[in-house]
Amino acid sequence: MTEITLDVNGKKIKKTVPDNTLLSTFLREHLNLTGTHVGCDTSQCGACVVHVNGESLKSCTTLAADIGNAKVTTIEGLEKNGKMHPMQEAFKKMHGLQCGFCTPGMVMSAIDLLKKNKNPSDNEIRDWLEGNICRCTGYQNIVAAVKEASSKM
Amino acid sequence: MKSFNYHSAKDSKEASKLSSSNSAFLAGGMTTIPSMKLGLASYKDIIDIKGIKKLSGIKVSGKSVIIGATTKHVEVANSKDVKKAIPSLALLAEGIGDPQVRNRGTIGGSIANNDPSADYPSACVALDAIVHTNERKIEASKFFKGMFETALKKGELIEAIEFKVPEKSSYQKHPNPASRYAVVGVYVAKHKNGTIVAVTGAKPCVYNDKDLSKALDSNFSANSISGMKLKSSDMNSDIHASAEYRANLVVIQAKKAVEAC
Repeated sequence: MTEITLDVNGKKIKKTVPDNTLLSTFLREHLNLTGTHVGCDTSQCGACVVHVNGESLKSCTTLAADIGNAKVTTIEGLEKNGKMHPMQEAFKKMHGLQCGFCTPGMVMSAIDLLKKNKNPSDNEIRDWLEGNICRCTGYQNIVAAVKEASSKM
Repeated sequence: MKSFNYHSAKDSKEASKLSSSNSAFLAGGMTTIPSMKLGLASYKDIIDIKGIKKLSGIKVSGKSVIIGATTKHVEVANSKDVKKAIPSLALLAEGIGDPQVRNRGTIGGSIANNDPSADYPSACVALDAIVHTNERKIEASKFFKGMFETALKKGELIEAIEFKVPEKSSYQKHPNPASRYAVVGVYVAKHKNGTIVAVTGAKPCVYNDKDLSKALDSNFSANSISGMKLKSSDMNSDIHASAEYRANLVVIQAKKAVEAC
């Protein structure tokens, strides 16, 4: 067993869990933050993307134990005082989701992109979202949503 | 995933001491964790080496670029020093996996795993690298032994990889459209004392294609290798590409690399 100390969406968390606990399992099953989805479970689909110390990563391929004391942000941590994050607004406005399963990962990944590249081209957006798969294949509107968000953020 | 004991090592000595015949070192975990989840591998002890400060970072001198084992792909891709000294190496790192894999995966992990389609092994061979471990220094040409097999002994830990700065170089890969692993990747590097053409994805293990290297040594131009027929009998064949297709692709990618040099 390992004691995990993390800051998740601004809350200090301390829990003792088995050493083999994945970050995605820790978030979903120990903290009930089920907005982080588990799709392929083999680190290809990106539904599980969260931010750890500001960088996006796949939480289904990360041990909770090995990010010690990190600051974690999940999809639940984006809204401020009941107001959606500009990226969430943009996905809503541009119909950037169909079934919605991939959306949390798409949103978290896209926010990381805009941190590094404020005004990405369509190609740069598609290239960045390489690790996020939408099986509704709604990519056109996802790209449009990221574009829309880039004009607001 | 089966249960294991997680350890975080402070230094190489401690990491080595903790290791056993039933343990694995953990850096980015981009292969180790999926392998364990799929039940392809299981260990009693997982020894995290990310906390060992000495193993991370990039040092560039006139003749060499030394990259610490736990340096992430994103750090190599974005390093101004690497871009200046060996631009093809930074570009290779930028083409690995996806952004989240590059944010986590490490150079040491990639070469220790020695996937037949991984990118970094070709850089090591083409750039005549020396692999520094906690016990010795190993030349790249002797490091990659076979499919998922290296010269590393149990408990031996990669600390850094030392690349030789070539006169010019380029890495050209034909990525699998889904996984971004190389169907075939060719790294051409022209050094003062000769050219190395390192090929990944084509055979069970990265190799220096002597026929292509020889042809480029006498005349460093795409024309000199154009239309060359390579032996395909020992090349990989799968649903993505037949052996004959791969043999042809090696020459195509090598030509592209020479043109991009």
